[in-house]
Amino acid sequence: MTEEKLTCQQLVEIVTDYFEDKLSPEARARFEAHVAVCPGCATYVEQMQQTIRTLGQLPPESIPEDAQEKLLRAFREWKRT
Amino acid sequence: MDNTVNLPLPVLSTSDLTQLEALRQGDEAAFLALVREFHPALVRIASLYVSDRSVAEEVAQETWLGVLKGLERFEGRSSLKTWIFSIATNIAKTRGQRERRSLPFSALIESELEADEPAVPPDRFQTEADKYPGGWVSFPAAWDVTVDQQFLSGELMGYLEQAIKALPPTQCTVITLRDIEGWTSEEVCNVLGLDETNQRVLLHRARSKVRRALDQYLHAE
Repeated sequence: MTEEKLTCQQLVEIVTDYFEDKLSPEARARFEAHVAVCPGCATYVEQMQQTIRTLGQLPPESIPEDAQEKLLRAFREWKRT
Repeated sequence: MDNTVNLPLPVLSTSDLTQLEALRQGDEAAFLALVREFHPALVRIASLYVSDRSVAEEVAQETWLGVLKGLERFEGRSSLKTWIFSIATNIAKTRGQRERRSLPFSALIESELEADEPAVPPDRFQTEADKYPGGWVSFPAAWDVTVDQQFLSGELMGYLEQAIKALPPTQCTVITLRDIEGWTSEEVCNVLGLDETNQRVLLHRARSKVRRALDQYLHAE
């Protein structure tokens, strides 16, 4: 494969591959080299990281009270049998 | 009698073993803890297969009954989580087929993967006619606040939750399980029956959209 330059437009498409550690060593090196010299992409990558961290701060959904009550009753019923 | 060799069963994690034992002993607190942890995700995943939320809730309730029924027989060949969610998807699929839901789950995934969805609108980049083809027309504006380090305001939380809800169903599920609930890629792939690449594509699209939504929120006047 020829050594192609990674454009910004291409980079934004492989950000998740980068975070998931699915890029080949060569692709990873190209990615990091690009981010090192491109303020736009550095900002973008940082924003993606912040997005992920912010999502991690969202409280997980909780089970409604009545659904929980129903299950507790089912559990007690199961215990009896 | 067949001649297959009995391979040792994979060992359950310590926490799974503890939970399993507590459940088998009829420990209510253990059951409630499990329910609180998994019930919302069960409803969410069931929603991918059935017609509406109330049916998804029924599927989730039935799942727990199935878990209790199968508790003694459970051999620990998979984690507790995988087992519980496989019960759910089986019930959901059957229910979905019975209802002859308009779009089966497999078609849902296909349609979400088919469409070409760039992470960033193409007009943000220079074309072949410009000086730096593929380069930013203008750099993305940095976010003034480090969003993740601040206490999330109720308003921002609500806004984010709306943005996630607005995602196509499978993207919504993948990003919720991965980034909000902290599931591993493997767990998501197992439960949803996705291969890793497809799961990553869905995650990528979802994250790109949420990033864009955050960007709009932070730059709104």
